[in-house]
Parts: sequence; structure tokens; C-alpha cells
Amino acid sequence: MTETPKIRLRGVHKAFGPKTVLNGVDLVAEKSKSLVIIGGSGTGKSVLLKCVLGLLTPDRGSIDIDGKSVVGLTGAAKTKHLEHIGMLFQGGALFDSLPVWRNVAFGLIEGQGMAKAEAKHEAIENLRRVGLTPDVAELSPAELSGGMQKRVSLARAIATRPDIIFFDEPTTGLDPIMADVINDLIVDRVKALGATAVTITHDMASARKIADHVAMIFKGQIIWHGPVGDIDSSGNAHVEQFINGRAEGPIEMEILKA
Amino acid sequence: MLDAFAIIGQSAIAFFAAIGRLAKFTGLTLSHMLRPPLYAGKFAQQLMAIGYFSLPVVGLTALFTGAALAQQIYVGSVRFNAESAVAGVVVIAIVRELGPVLAGLMVAGRVSSAMAAELGTMRVTEQIDALTTLSVNPIKYLIVPRILAAVIVLPALVLVANIIGVYGGFVVGTQKLGFNPGTYLKITVDFLDQSDVYSSMVKAGVFGFILALMGCYHGFNSSGGAQGVGKATTDAVVSSFILILLANLIITIAVFGT
Repeated sequence: MTETPKIRLRGVHKAFGPKTVLNGVDLVAEKSKSLVIIGGSGTGKSVLLKCVLGLLTPDRGSIDIDGKSVVGLTGAAKTKHLEHIGMLFQGGALFDSLPVWRNVAFGLIEGQGMAKAEAKHEAIENLRRVGLTPDVAELSPAELSGGMQKRVSLARAIATRPDIIFFDEPTTGLDPIMADVINDLIVDRVKALGATAVTITHDMASARKIADHVAMIFKGQIIWHGPVGDIDSSGNAHVEQFINGRAEGPIEMEILKA
Repeated sequence: MLDAFAIIGQSAIAFFAAIGRLAKFTGLTLSHMLRPPLYAGKFAQQLMAIGYFSLPVVGLTALFTGAALAQQIYVGSVRFNAESAVAGVVVIAIVRELGPVLAGLMVAGRVSSAMAAELGTMRVTEQIDALTTLSVNPIKYLIVPRILAAVIVLPALVLVANIIGVYGGFVVGTQKLGFNPGTYLKITVDFLDQSDVYSSMVKAGVFGFILALMGCYHGFNSSGGAQGVGKATTDAVVSSFILILLANLIITIAVFGT
């Protein structure tokens, strides 16, 4: 008997007015594995992630986590669904009105009702796990560099020990060295938690480092899905063009069509 | 001709869609007000932000308006030998109309815009999405404390504005226009009815609800980066002003119309 996938999407459609963003996405993320979804800007990667998180509701199709549908959840059911999920946002999305430690401990205090002293201790421990010293805890997010903000955001994402962690463009805007540091941290933390990771990126160095499996999205559909080791011999012209970063190929840039 | 009908139709649909979205947002907020948890810390923070920090601007506005009102009423009434009406007209005008309306407008200008800007920035930087992924309902955490605090604190602010406004009239009346202080105060008390104070407090509560709702609604639903936040802020202030003046007219007719 095959194991139930951690996340399964079947025929997911999403449109905004006349613009179709997701056009029948079928995708599976295996338990405790790292899936990286690659694709160009505007291909529907972020919308796909938001549909799984419940921040957007798909127009059609099903999204199952551990075999249970999560589409259209509200109230307590949605809260319970999200308790098992961590998310690192592209821009960090740190709460600028709160110090760093309160950001990291936010889910523990407000979501799980943990006492502040205990949550602060836990937050500092999580900051240490992402390579930040305790003196960072009292700083405001605005006082941190881009790389440090990503690390704090990662610490917040893992603080509640989630089963599933989503990473939205985790290395965007970082220099190559800091990007590699973040990639290492993601691999390390995901393995330590035994979590299922879903990352969306167009950074191939990041994808190769983080992924067990890679899926490519193009025009709202998954056009290739396979182990990361097979990506260089995918036999898919779209994938080959994308991973080699060529302007010529089947993926026509909108700007070139104009 | 058909184009004109299409434009009218589209405008009407857009208008009613906006009303529907606002009604849905209001209903959702009210339903969350009745259910725990109440974020007491956020609520106390908003009481300070809306109430305490609005005291100077509300107090000065009331003081200068009360003083100017006494001077104007004196100039108008002296032609009919009706100078004794100054104290009575000042207190009625301040408590029934100018106190609540001016306090409402000043607080709307200060607070509604701040709410829209803060929530709008949180929306475009994905901080509101981050709240959701951390199992915290953003309506309950961000909106309910603001609206509840505004509804509770506005009557207190208006009470202070009324007292300071009447005092402004008293200072001009006694120091510049030569009224006897004891007589002025006696006429003030004699003219003031309990129902005037009640209507003033009801207006204040309604204005508090309107200004906080408009600030929260426009900020929470803003989109499109910095320009979107700017538009949300402008819309919040303009709609607050219009709705406060409309609500004032409706309450005045309902209470004093017969």
C-alpha cells in the first residue's frame, strides 16, 4: 500500500477576473521530503502557495493535506490546519511594531498561548539555531540587514515546530554567500524537524541545494516533476531553457512578444 | 447611448459591490467582537493611541471653537439686546453639535488615517498574511481592538471636548465680554438638559465606530504598494468625514426633530 502524500493538489484552478493564474495544477509533496517549485515570474507560484495555505480559495480542484481536504476551511478548522504549517515570506513579513524575539515567539504566545517568559527562552533558542546571537532578540526588525531578517523569519517559521514549512523565494535579494547560508539553514532545520518543505524559487542554485524533488510551473500548470538529480536530463525544453537561463527557447518572454 | 448605459450600470454595480464588501467586513468584525479571545494588550494600546494621544488636538479645537462661538453669538445677539443668550447658546451648540462633530472629525483625521496607513502597510508587506499563517485571526487581532477602543474612548473624548468648549466660551464671556462668572455658569447649567449630554455621547460612540471602521476597512483591503496605501489613507479620511457628518444629521433629526 502506498503512503498517503503529505500534500496533494488535483486540478487546482484559480483566476483573477479574466486572468487565469492556475490552470489545473496537479502536484504531490511526499512526507518529510523537500519539494521545490520553479518557474518564472508571474507563472502562479505564489498563488499556488497561498491556495495551499488557505490565504486564497481555489475556484476549482482539491487540495488535501494528510488525505484531508483543506479547501474552504474557516474558523477553528482553519486555525487547526495552520497550526501545523510554518511559512517564510519573500520579504520576511516581520511585524515591525514588535522586537525580534516577539516576532519569533508570536505563534507560540498568540497562537498556542505559551507564557511570555517561556516563549522568549524558546525564541532565543530558535534564533541561535539560525545563527543569531541573543542580543539580536531585543532589536527591532528595521535594525536588521536583509539576511538577518530572513534568518529571523526562518526562526519564526520553525518556532512552532510545524509539519510543513513553505518557503517563498527564500534567497531573493540576498548576496550569493548569504543565499547559501540561508539554503544551508533551510536544509538543516527541515531535516531536524522532519518536516515536509515546499519552496518556490527561481534561483536554481537554491533549488539544487534544497530540493529532493523539483516541479516546474508554466502558464498555471505543472509541466515537469521529478527528482532533483534528473533535472539536467529532464527532456523538457521548457525546463532546460529555464535551468540554463537562456533567452531563446519555448518560454517566450512577454516583453519580447510586445 | 449604449456606452452611457454601460458606464452607469458598471458604476452602480461597483457601488453596490463596495457596499456589500463593507457590510461583510462590518458583520465579520462584529461577530468577532462577541467571541473570545479579546487581545487585551492591543485593546489597551489602542485606548491610549486613540484616546490619550488625541486629547491635545481635541482639547485645543474645542477651546478655540467655544471661545470664537461666544464672541460670534455676542456680536449677533447684541443687536436684539439678547446678550444673555450667549452662555445658553454656547453650551447647547457645543454639547449637541460642535463637541461631538469636531472631536469626531479631528480624531478621524488623526486616527483613521493612521489606522489605514498602518494596516495598509501591513497588508502590502504580507504581515497580515503572516498573522494568518501563525494561527492568529487578523480581524480579531488587528480590527476588533481598534474599533472597540474607538467606540469606548470617543464618548470620553467628547465629554472632555464639551467641557473645554464651554470653558472657552466662559473665558471669552467673562474676560472679554464682561459677563458675571456666576451668572454665566448658572445660565449654562440651566440651559443644559440631560438629553443633550446623552445625545452627545451616543453621537460620539457612533462616530468612534465610523472612523475606526473606515480606517480599518480601507487599510485592511489596500493593495498595490505605496500608492495603494496612500489611496487607502485618503479614502479612510474622506469616507470617515462624510459618514460622520451624515450620521450626525441622522441622529440630530432622530433626537431633536420632533
